[in-house]
Amino acid sequence: MIDESTVNHVARLARLRLTPDEQQVMREELSGILEHIDAIRAMDLDGVEPTTHVIAVENVLRPDVPRPGLSRDDALREAADVVDGSFGVPRMD
Amino acid sequence: MSAYEPVIGVEIHVQLSTRTKMFCGCELSFGDPPNTHTCPVCLAHPGVLPVVNEEAIRRALVIGLALGCEIAPRSIFHRKNYFYPDLPKAYQVSQFDIPICGRGEFTAIREDGSELTVGITRAHLEEDAAKLTHEGGRRAGAEGSVVDFNRGGTPLVEIVTEPDLRSGSDVATFLRQLRQTLLFLGVSDCSMEEGSMRADANVSIRPVGSHELGTKTELKNMNSFRFLERGIEAEIARQERILSEGGRISQETVHYEPETGHITSLRSKEESHDYRYFPEPDLVPVVPDPAWVESLRAEQPELPVPLRRRMVAEMGLSAEDAEVLTESPELVEYFMQAAALADPKACANWIRGELRAQLRETGEEPWQSKVTPAHVAALVDLLAAGTVSVPAAKEVLAGMIQTGDQPAAVVESKGLAAMDDGDLAAIIAELVAANPDQAQQLRDGKDKVLGFFVGQAMKQTGGRANPQSVQKLVREAVLGE
Repeated sequence: MIDESTVNHVARLARLRLTPDEQQVMREELSGILEHIDAIRAMDLDGVEPTTHVIAVENVLRPDVPRPGLSRDDALREAADVVDGSFGVPRMD
Repeated sequence: MSAYEPVIGVEIHVQLSTRTKMFCGCELSFGDPPNTHTCPVCLAHPGVLPVVNEEAIRRALVIGLALGCEIAPRSIFHRKNYFYPDLPKAYQVSQFDIPICGRGEFTAIREDGSELTVGITRAHLEEDAAKLTHEGGRRAGAEGSVVDFNRGGTPLVEIVTEPDLRSGSDVATFLRQLRQTLLFLGVSDCSMEEGSMRADANVSIRPVGSHELGTKTELKNMNSFRFLERGIEAEIARQERILSEGGRISQETVHYEPETGHITSLRSKEESHDYRYFPEPDLVPVVPDPAWVESLRAEQPELPVPLRRRMVAEMGLSAEDAEVLTESPELVEYFMQAAALADPKACANWIRGELRAQLRETGEEPWQSKVTPAHVAALVDLLAAGTVSVPAAKEVLAGMIQTGDQPAAVVESKGLAAMDDGDLAAIIAELVAANPDQAQQLRDGKDKVLGFFVGQAMKQTGGRANPQSVQKLVREAVLGE
């Protein structure tokens, strides 16, 4: 079972604020996932290619040709804040 | 002699000058009004699917081949997770453990002619973030930052070096020649000012003789090689001061202030390096066709550093000639065309010397001027044949710059052909008679005075005298040789 501080660390990285009850649920669920991975680790996997994608497709590429995108008005339509054609965000420096 | 040895590695971000972004068809632009080149993909709207730009793959391979990197037979993209307003997906698509280009190396030539070889750890593909501008009071009563997504999703190649560098000046030498190489490859504009090439340096020091690495700091985002060089030297000095006073270096990002020469520490963001990379499920592996890679290898242009070596070894140029003439691919092409037709060393001298000096007035580069490489070669041949003197050749060049005529035609129209020795002898006889003191000096064995006669003869003939002929005729007239 992973400890609470690990759960809190992961939650913080994901910008999640968990209630004590939720922390407990997460501890159990995350531990279950990790146990599953431990089960895989215990197997002899020499010579087995790691899976990085579930479908066996490679090289999906597109030519370097421009396509029309959004107008600026459309791009900014859902913005919480617009400043002179840009997205306004809280001061970040 | 310092008791410490600096250990430096660099990370270089190069924006590829493709037409479109890494994962969508939005056009790349610099300087256009903000947020005029966006689409649902690069704005990270829900449900969109990125598709890799084939040209970005090609250029990454071209860079990797030039750096002698191992090309991965199969590479994948990862998500690098962090929250920042310039990253709408809250992850950057990058590469992690299977980059497209693996180990390689790059050799640069230092000013003293010695070679500087730097190991390349990897070169991988990723997407650039959007441009975040810190506003500060642009709106009445409010402070904030603004985001322009035009740059977001621009293809980047990040080149990471081994910690093989030992001084700020070596870093600058390496980066300048790496930049030049990238320009020859035609993959990026490599403009430091516009941010299409950016370099960070990881700097640490260790006691001389030690093989362990000290704690490193990261010097971020310098927009010129000169400032980066100075920043590295300042950071090395700061670390030496701390260690010699018994202190400890903390791993942090530092910033160099070019105006004051000060190093300041940027707030280290807690947990900012826990990126939780995982394979990008929206993108499938890239498996470059070996035949494609081989054809890209075969098409590689001759790169500036090997070219410089060849110019010195095979064409008789000085190291400095070679450095100047490989400044740009255009200049190389121009020189090579001339050198194929006439003596390479003489062509080099005229192109890097008089031609560029005279063109400075119009601001043109040689290849933009009316003087073709064939013209330069023809002029060099006229000189070698003694048809024109050096001062006359300079005038011929000035004429060619104006009219674009063949040098022989300019010689003809301006009457610049070297005088034949018969006509010249008469002028020399007059000069010797008019300057008895100088003639006596020559009889006394002061050969330096020949320069005086050459100068006078040039003046008399409007530069049409051949200096060697003048010297020979003066000796004949004065010494009876």
